[in-house]
Amino acid sequence: MAFAGVDVLSFLVFAPAIGALIVLLLPQNKWLARWTALAMASVIAGVAVATFFAYSATGNQMTIQVPWFELLGASWHIGIDGISATMVLLTGILTPLAVLISFEIEDRVNTHMALVLFFTTGCMGVFVAQDLMIFFLFYELSLVPMYFIIDQWGGPNRKYASTKFFIYSLGGSLGMLLATQLIGFTAGTFDIPTLTQVWPSFAGLDGVFLGISVETVKALAFVGFFIAFSIKVPVWPFHTWLPDAHSEAPTAGSMLLAGVMLKLGAYGFIRLVIPLFPDVWVMPIDILGIATTDWAHIFGVLAMLGIVLGAFAAYGQTDLKRLVAYSSVNHMGIVALGIAVTAYVYSHQVLGSVAEGAMNPTQDAIFAANGAVIQMFNHGLSSAGMFLLAGAIYHKTHTRDMKQYGGLWVKAPIYGAIFIFTSMASLGLPGLNGFVGEFLVLRGSWSVFTVLTIISMLGLLFTGAYILKGIRAVLHGPFNMHWRDYNLEIDLREFIAIAPLMVLMVIVGIAPNWLLSVINGTVTRLLGG
Amino acid sequence: MDLNTFISDPNLLPWLIPVGPLLAFVIISLLTNRSKLIPATSPKYGGHHPDYDGMLVPVVTDLSRVVTIVVGMSGIVAAWLISLRVISLAVGLPDFGHDVLSSSLMWMSTGETGFRMGVLVDPLTAVMLFMVPLACTMIFIYSIGYMANDPRQSRFFSMIALFAGAMLTLVVADNLLLLFIGWEVMGLCSYLLIGFWFEKESAYKAAIKAFMTTRVADMIMLLGIVYLYASVGTLNFRDIMYNPLPAAEGEHVMVVEAEAAATEEAAAEGEHAVVETWASQLGATPALILGGWGVSAASLIGIFIVIGTIGKSAQFPLHVWLPDAMEGPTPVSAMIHAAAMVSAGVYTVIRMYPLLEAGGHPHDGVFTPPLLLMAFVGAFTALFAATIAVAQNDVKKVLAYSTISQLGFMIAALGIGAYIAAAFHLITHAFFKALLFMASGAVIHGMEHGEHHVHAHAHGHEHDEPHLLPAHTAEHEGHADEHHSADIGDEEAEHGHFDPQDMLNMGGLRKTMPVTFITFLIGGLSLAGFPLITAGFWSKDEILADAWYGTTHGFGPHAFVFVLLAIAAFLTAFYTMRQLGLTFWGEPRSEAAKHANLGPGTGVVAIMMTLPLVVLAFFAIFAGFVGVHPDFPILGGLFSGAGNPFHDFVGATLINHPEGIPFNPFPVLVSFAVALGGLAVGWWMYWRVPLQAGQPDPLVSILGPIHTTLRNKYYFDELNDILFVRPSVWFARAVAYEFIDRGIIDGFLHLIARVATWIGDFIKMLNLWLIDGVGDGIPELIARTGIWFRRLQTGRVQQYMLLLALAVILIGIIFALSTGVLQAAP
Repeated sequence: MAFAGVDVLSFLVFAPAIGALIVLLLPQNKWLARWTALAMASVIAGVAVATFFAYSATGNQMTIQVPWFELLGASWHIGIDGISATMVLLTGILTPLAVLISFEIEDRVNTHMALVLFFTTGCMGVFVAQDLMIFFLFYELSLVPMYFIIDQWGGPNRKYASTKFFIYSLGGSLGMLLATQLIGFTAGTFDIPTLTQVWPSFAGLDGVFLGISVETVKALAFVGFFIAFSIKVPVWPFHTWLPDAHSEAPTAGSMLLAGVMLKLGAYGFIRLVIPLFPDVWVMPIDILGIATTDWAHIFGVLAMLGIVLGAFAAYGQTDLKRLVAYSSVNHMGIVALGIAVTAYVYSHQVLGSVAEGAMNPTQDAIFAANGAVIQMFNHGLSSAGMFLLAGAIYHKTHTRDMKQYGGLWVKAPIYGAIFIFTSMASLGLPGLNGFVGEFLVLRGSWSVFTVLTIISMLGLLFTGAYILKGIRAVLHGPFNMHWRDYNLEIDLREFIAIAPLMVLMVIVGIAPNWLLSVINGTVTRLLGG
Repeated sequence: MDLNTFISDPNLLPWLIPVGPLLAFVIISLLTNRSKLIPATSPKYGGHHPDYDGMLVPVVTDLSRVVTIVVGMSGIVAAWLISLRVISLAVGLPDFGHDVLSSSLMWMSTGETGFRMGVLVDPLTAVMLFMVPLACTMIFIYSIGYMANDPRQSRFFSMIALFAGAMLTLVVADNLLLLFIGWEVMGLCSYLLIGFWFEKESAYKAAIKAFMTTRVADMIMLLGIVYLYASVGTLNFRDIMYNPLPAAEGEHVMVVEAEAAATEEAAAEGEHAVVETWASQLGATPALILGGWGVSAASLIGIFIVIGTIGKSAQFPLHVWLPDAMEGPTPVSAMIHAAAMVSAGVYTVIRMYPLLEAGGHPHDGVFTPPLLLMAFVGAFTALFAATIAVAQNDVKKVLAYSTISQLGFMIAALGIGAYIAAAFHLITHAFFKALLFMASGAVIHGMEHGEHHVHAHAHGHEHDEPHLLPAHTAEHEGHADEHHSADIGDEEAEHGHFDPQDMLNMGGLRKTMPVTFITFLIGGLSLAGFPLITAGFWSKDEILADAWYGTTHGFGPHAFVFVLLAIAAFLTAFYTMRQLGLTFWGEPRSEAAKHANLGPGTGVVAIMMTLPLVVLAFFAIFAGFVGVHPDFPILGGLFSGAGNPFHDFVGATLINHPEGIPFNPFPVLVSFAVALGGLAVGWWMYWRVPLQAGQPDPLVSILGPIHTTLRNKYYFDELNDILFVRPSVWFARAVAYEFIDRGIIDGFLHLIARVATWIGDFIKMLNLWLIDGVGDGIPELIARTGIWFRRLQTGRVQQYMLLLALAVILIGIIFALSTGVLQAAP
């Protein structure tokens, strides 16, 4: 499949970068820059949607493999499976909406638009990469534009937030770079499909590599990836960069950050950490001689803590954007729980051992993995929507302090209805998108991590609490007469930007199978169900 | 598939039942809800809203009101008509119960299989389809009148349309997941509607309370659903509880192992040789947790589901949300309390009954944990709530507690295996409680009208809608503040804190609101179980009969339920009579009561609000005659010549048709005694000598401090606040956020950052001293040798060299250390 003479995936990766360059070189005219960027983003979205629907059956498709950095054994190898296709779709959809929301930026418009487009290149690159070097390259590439977006166009505390975000992410990436090199050097290739075959059974010479036992090498590489992706997801307790970065970023930045960037981490777990390290995931770890556990269980516990403490922390906020930001910790915790279950079962499957507790492990893992991926998509929709709405009200009132709001539903009936709708999608109301992912993950984790699942319900309970707190603070109560002469109703532009998200929330909630069947095909193939 | 296929195929037709209201919701929300901005001081911006000083507020246009009503009514009437058509098609099936109307489609793929969503009409569904759309239609009609002056009437209609749509979805669902979707959407609707007057603090607090309390239960119920799904791979009601098991597959090894045990057990019991279903098999499988204590998988799943119902149907200890739910407009109360929400909870446990019962036989005194839970919680709640209802003065609160109490009857009935009786009481209760709520709404509306009348006359100026409820708060800020507070003071001085729902302010309303009085009386008598002629009597009697039957066989739970329910029934009759007496009898105790009415008898409001009362009054009397025991003297032969119709009809839902119990006059006599006794005491206290204005309730002096406790609902709200709400708020803010995230995690990060900065500064310093020092120093050394020589004598070089030497040593140490580290590395 090709578009404009280039294969479609390469187009999706490079078109945004070229678009960014064009926008950058355009004369400094706000109108021109905005509409050019929107036009490009819309084309990219169209191609992404077409790509998703062109993807069929299972297996890697639309693959291209061109020699690239032969000295290292890296090649321009790209392709998508059902999981990548879903993520490409999500990125494609959110890009034009973020551009549309960026219309509210008045300062250095060309640069801002270029950065937003450039960010898309980074994310698309990660999602289509079939080569570890390419993956790493784009993974890092996505960080830079986001840093500048926060640092230059963010809120009052943006310097702190952007620095924390950048250093933290980069710190994680360092370990990942080492792990990448270690794997590439050891296995002699960076090709992900090949590595998936070779690496788990790699034993070196007599179990020793470079004078270090292969087990240690693998564990080190695992930890490198694990921490890098955990920071990105973010998994508790690596999450504290997120509330700062999200709340200080401009609206479009928050949308992309929550909507797409967090998915890079979860995608990394699914694409790399689960298939490459089955032996490490379930390697027994001794805790001070008191108990034995393994990485899968540790990850499950961290996921549970993310769900529960993320919900509590969100409930404790007084700043609307921080509340929404913490909701990401809560929701991505569910993704992490699904990943933990999948990792646990898949590893036992590969090693031929028994996953304890599971009634029907393969089926459980399929549910959990399906749930994790569709929850990634759903969180992309609802968190982007929530940040859009938080940004919309911030843009009009210039405050994020929820105590300053109150009763805004009186003057903003349409905004209020949309706010409640999106909040409910975020809360996981059955019938809207969020529930599908939650249900699947819970179904998958129930028999594998029963106790963790039960404790996680406390988190889901408090998801309700913080969502209702948000609605109550913004919309309910007597109208705050301070805003008497403000126009608080949602703009037409903002409405157009959120409308596609709302439509998708309903569609995925009521009839998820157009999306789920694609994910399920790949997940079932990977897990051999 | 086009619409014609749907209409012509009986199996597909049930899909269309919820479509009408759901479509109405979409159309109203997106298209017909149109407002215009008018000053908040305008009389059109009436109802329960604060008047924002001079601000423009959106008020629904007259055209939008009309179109919305037409759309909403079309939706619900369509659902009603389709339901009737479906019922007639279903009843026409040769062996309805064994044969059902159903169809499903693939909803999501999971692995090689998938989850199918579908609809199902079996006898239980058919009964619900008779009650729900009818009650909903009445509520819709009533809302036309009740909300006629509300500036957000269109929004109200869109929400109740969604509410009705969700309830109908729940009713026609063929699986637990679709049921749960309807269940939760209803939760959302109740949240939105209880908080409909969202500016009032009491309203939004009640809304949040309702949502959160039920969510506690819902999350646990979700675990039950997940557990069930994980165990049997399906959530379809028929597949789990009716259809015989397919030949054992290799997949569900654990369950299959248990099959043998279950079969043996069934064989041993002989008379209970039942068809093997997933439900019965789960009843013989140990649970994943607590399995060691003899809890079966079916029981654990059952307990989770029952907890869900305890939340939704407001049973102890999760009953606290329901009385507060009175903050919503009255049609909502009727919707929540009768037609939809709380009925959904009971409906679900009735629906899942074979699973809850799996492994036990309540008619033989073998109880499973979920049944015991239901028996005790239900019976306790029935009595507990009835005692609180006795001491309430708010006309709607009395009804709210009576709802909790009556739901307790149903839950307790299920707990002792009285499946049919629970379903029967669910239906009759829905009719008379919808009636009572709407009648009480008419009373409140009348009182508000009367208060306005008085106000208009006393002050001699036009002010269309008085602000009866103290909805103002002083939180308004800005330049309007001063003026506004003055305004509030003015208003409150005029109105005081008159409460149109306080029964102590009423009295004598029978004269000005005769239709309301008669219908309220009929509903009240039905609630009280007035013998023979009311629906409530027959259904309540059947529960007591079942309980007595078990008691005579010496089963403890049956006896417990019988005693508690009998006392509760007595209290029910008493507080009903008290309510009727305080509201309608005697002389008016306030000016408002003297002038209370629904406006001109031919007005839209009056007609729309009384018509549903009359219709429901009909059912509150006659709905009971479908379930008369065949051996009941005279009436049994009259109504149940060919067997108890309701029993036989609903019983066909279960694969093992429940056997009827023999007729016994004792529980009937008890029913007579408690109903008539309670009514008589109520009459003696509140009708014989009606309360005078300013006179305290005679109960206060009789019960003393107990009355205070009852009036404060056993201080349950305060307890919850101290035990759950405050700790959560504190934990969220102080622990989860401030301490863990900001303190520990960020503190650690900042520490690293500080150390890194410090090291960076140190290296920078080294650079300045050492490298720059040397680099710049050499040329300088050459250039300024003379000066240096001079300085030598000052002794400064020693200092300089000292520093240099120190630096070299330091670097040496670092080198040594780092190589050491390298060597030490594994």
